[in-house]
Parts: sequence; C-alpha cells; structure tokens
Amino acid sequence: MLLAAINWHSFFFLFFALLACGFAVGVLVSTNIVRMAFYLVMSLSATAGLFFLAGAEFVGAMQLMIYVGGTMVLLIFGVMLTARERFIDMQTPGGQWVLAAAAGGLFFFILVVNAFQVPDWSTPNPHQDQLSIAESKTTTQIGAAFVGVRLDRPEADNATQRAGMSGYLLPFEIVSVHLLVVLIGAAYLARAKRRVDQPGS
Amino acid sequence: MGKAINQLLEAGYHWLAAWFVENPQALFPESCWSGYVLAALIQCALLLNVVAVGALLFIWMERKISGRIQDRLGPTRVGGRFGWLQTLADGLKLIAKEDLIPQDADAFLFRLAPYLGFAASFMALLALPFSNGWVGWEVNVSLFFILAVMGLEVFSPILAGYASGSKWALFGAIREAAQVVSYEVPMGMCVVVPVVLCGSMNLLTIGNAQAGLFTNWYIFHDPFTFCIFWIYFTCAIASVNRAPFDLAEAESELVAGFHTEYSGLRWSFFFMAEYGSMFAVSGLAAILFFGGWHGPFPIFYGLGVSGGDFGWWPMQLANAAGCVNFILKAVVGVTVMMWVRWTLPRLRIDQVITTCLKYCTPLAAGLFLGAVILKAVHFPSINDLAPAVRPGEVRESWVLLEAPAPVVEKGPVEKEHAQSEHARNLPPIVSEKQLAASPQTEGGSL
Repeated sequence: MLLAAINWHSFFFLFFALLACGFAVGVLVSTNIVRMAFYLVMSLSATAGLFFLAGAEFVGAMQLMIYVGGTMVLLIFGVMLTARERFIDMQTPGGQWVLAAAAGGLFFFILVVNAFQVPDWSTPNPHQDQLSIAESKTTTQIGAAFVGVRLDRPEADNATQRAGMSGYLLPFEIVSVHLLVVLIGAAYLARAKRRVDQPGS
Repeated sequence: MGKAINQLLEAGYHWLAAWFVENPQALFPESCWSGYVLAALIQCALLLNVVAVGALLFIWMERKISGRIQDRLGPTRVGGRFGWLQTLADGLKLIAKEDLIPQDADAFLFRLAPYLGFAASFMALLALPFSNGWVGWEVNVSLFFILAVMGLEVFSPILAGYASGSKWALFGAIREAAQVVSYEVPMGMCVVVPVVLCGSMNLLTIGNAQAGLFTNWYIFHDPFTFCIFWIYFTCAIASVNRAPFDLAEAESELVAGFHTEYSGLRWSFFFMAEYGSMFAVSGLAAILFFGGWHGPFPIFYGLGVSGGDFGWWPMQLANAAGCVNFILKAVVGVTVMMWVRWTLPRLRIDQVITTCLKYCTPLAAGLFLGAVILKAVHFPSINDLAPAVRPGEVRESWVLLEAPAPVVEKGPVEKEHAQSEHARNLPPIVSEKQLAASPQTEGGSL
C-alpha cells in the first residue's frame, strides 16, 4: 500500500516545517503590518505544531500561549494603537534588505554548520522503534526543579552533593523579581499624569 | 476515543469481510492504517458537529429561553411544535444571503477572520474529554492547551474588526481585545485550583479524581473552591464575550461591533464559534468543578460493578452514559449563560474592566491562596468528614485508565531516611536504573 509506506512522522514534520518557513517568508515580503503579524502568528503556531509532533506537549502549549498569544497582544496594543501611516504600510529600502540578508545569512550559516557537526543528528537513530516519548510528556520534573527539587537526581546521598542539585529556584526567583520590577516600571511610566491645581491660577 | 472507534471499526471490517473472504484477519490485519485514518475522520466529524449542530440547538434554546424570560413564547411554528426547526430556517436564510465585502476592506483578512475563530473553537474541543478516555486527542496538559487555544480565539474578532475597514468594527475589536486579554488573568488563577487539588493538568485525571458521590466534586471540596467556581464562571462568560460582557457587539452604540460588515455564512461562522466556545468553557467548568462525566451518585458502583474486567461493550456503554452526563452538565452551563444574558443589562466598558481588575482578580488570588493553604495543611474536606465514598478509588464507569492515587515520590531527604532505615534492616539497593525505570506519576505529591 502506498499510504502505508509513508512515514507519517516525517510527513507531518515536513508539513509543519514548510508552514513555519513559508509564513516566515510571508512576514518578510508583506508590507502591511497587520498581515505581517498574521503571518507571524501562523508561523509560530506551526512551530507549536512541531513541538506537539515531538511529544513536547507542555512546550507546545507554552508556545501557543506565550508566543502566539503574546504576538497578538503586541500587535493590538503596540502596533495598531500607535502606528502611523508609515508603519501601517512599510516599505523596506534596498540597503536594509542587504544588511538584514547579511546578518540573517551569517547566523543561519553558523546554525547550519553547528547543527551538522553533531554526529547524532545526521544519522537516524537505530533504535527508533523503541523510542518512547511518554517521559518527556510530564511536566513534573521541570516543575519540581523550578521550586528546588531535582526529581531526576534523588540518588545523591550526602548533603554536599545535593547542594549543587537544588534545582533552578534561585534563577527562577531572580527572573520573577526582575519581571516584577519591569512591570512596576512600566506601570509607573504609563500612568496618567495627575494634574496639579495651582493655587493662584 | 480513537482507540475505541478503531476497535469498533476493526470489528466492523472483519464482520463485513467475513461475508466475502474466508480469512478476514489476513486481509485486514490488526492496527490497519486505514482504520486509524477512518477513526480520525469520524472523530473530526463528531467534534465538528458538536460545534455545528450544537450551535443549531443552542440558538433555538436561546430563542425559547429569551422568550420565556421576557414572557413571550419564542418560535412556535417552524417545524411543527416548539419551533424546533427555526434555526435551520435561519441557516437557509443565511446561506441565501448576498456575500458582501466592503470596498475599504482588506479582502484576504476579511475572508479569513471567521474561519480562524471557528478553528480555535474547534481545536479547544479537540482536547476536551467527553467521557473517560473519550477525547479526540489526549494531551498530557490538556487544560493548559485548551486555555491557550481559547486565548487565540480573540484573534478572529480583531482581524475582522481591522479588515472590515469600518470604525465601528475596529472599536468593537479593540474592546473585545482589551476585555478578553484582561479576563484571562483571573480565569487562569481559577482553573489552577482544581489542578492543585488533583495534582495534574490532564483533564482525564482531574475528572476521574472526582469519581464517587457528588461530595467528591471539587466545587464541594472546601468553601474556597465553592466561591472560586463563581469567579471562574463570570470570567468564562466574559471570555466568550456574552452578555453582560458583550461590549464588542453592543448594538446600541457600535451598530454590531466587529461583525458589522459581515453577512450570510461568514457571519454565522462567528456565531458557531461563539456557541462552540460557550460549550467548551461550560464543559471545562463541568470537568474542573462538577465531576466531569461522573454522575452525582455512583450508580454502577452501587450495583457492585467496578473494575476493568467487563469486556469491551459494557465499558463503552458506561462511557456513553458518562458522555451523556458530561453533555448534560455542559448544556446546563450554557443555559445559565443564556439566563444571565437575558436577565442582566450590558455593562459599560469601564465597568467591565473594573469588574475584572478590581474584583475578579483580587478575589481569585485570595481564594486561590486559601484553597492552596487548605491543601498544604491537609485540611479535611467535607467529604473526608462524611462517611462517603473516598475520592479517586471508585470509578463510576467500568473503565480504569488512571492509577487512583499517585505514588509518593521520595525527595532526597526522605530517601536518605529511608535508606538509613534500610541499612539497619535490609541491604539497600536502589540503583539509578531502577529509579529511572520506575513508573512516572504525574504531579506526585512531594
């Protein structure tokens, strides 16, 4: 059977990858900023599809929630409310195209070179049929690690060894406090200026 | 559900093929690919009809309920008694309408917007379990997935409002965006409470943890969960953009809001999406707070039937009964939304945002804190005090997918204690590989 011979995993991987790349190109060539945002949303959603395909359901849902949803909010409040004519219909000058192509091409080159230097990634896994994605599906481990417990390393007996494995509580807290500072700062900057009534006027 | 459908299909194949060939097993082997494709198609068709036929029913219900609330009869003639074909007649009218695209519109986005909302609403149903194991796509973090996808639904009105090239539509879209984005915050806090109580984001696990008597439902778990359900429901009404929060389509000020320029079938797609997501948030409420597919009384358990050895047909029968339970609960939720819509006047936009930021968010935060503290100090729930069926040990349906109680995973300190005790009595050999091979429990209590 023809349909039975297709490797559906590869098929869907290519499908989502093509969608992501195609819409990314759409972001580049489009001049209307709302269409750009729409293409960006589609491209990021296709990336979420790749995550779901890889069995990383939590990461995929995160991608949908933060990147796709976040882009949307950015679009509405950042762009649509503040944009002037020049940004609604964006024309990219030739010089910027060249610069962007050079910078993007350089990064792409570095990425490709590095990706092909990992031997495990260029040959198919011989034990492919024995792979199980069940373990990557639970978020317990990463969640526990964020609050300071490394479930994947409970075997360290003595306290000195455990000290280095206390999870990601400190970086997590630092990032949270940082975000809080940013939020308060944004609220302070964006607050309505209160008019002070001059006694004489 | 795919598994159940596929088994049914396989049985059907073999039964059909047995008429023609001697050995159907050879012709249609186990795990036949076409069975999976057909099963997927059947599921898609079923879920699509939850949105489409559901909208048909809900719009009729809306007419009848609004009629009764306003002391009228509602539709009475179309389709004989009760006007039950009224929506179909409306649908025919909508199909026959002229399809307009305004001159100033961005035609591509204008055409696309209705389908986006419909697709988001449909995708939310994809991960919503209708019964124990009857779910289109079993995601481990299905609750989070559904919230993420429902958050994307707001994209459709925004694109519609922008692409229409009309200021009424744009006003409606911006209002809807502000409202939905704000209400996601308290709603997220509300749904976290059942997750904390259950220890899993999988809706199947959450539903099954509430099996047994209705006192096991999370709404009756403690006073905080009881209060937080009402906040959830308020936020759910706001997030699906229903009255009294339907600012985005306020006829009295904005003509029709974001769908001012739409007509015909495109317009009806917005409404199918709205009724679809009403069903989805009500279903979510049913699973999170009202025991999902479990009835108020564990009938099958009372009959002495529990466990998983009752064969395929009885299992699916029990699941079908659970599905009826679930749909009934969700429809009750939708009905309450209609009741609210035809009872309360529409709020102003500043009142909508005030309700969210000054009332819902602090209340949700406080109640969340209270519920978590009760959980942390192991405060006995109502059900622990009453001589009732213990939660998580009884399944109303005969199918047992989840292990009832999560295995306690030992942290480093506990393990050290355990090992030192072991060292006195037994040789302690727990190698790394054995630990890695031990079954993972979701959200095991630490």
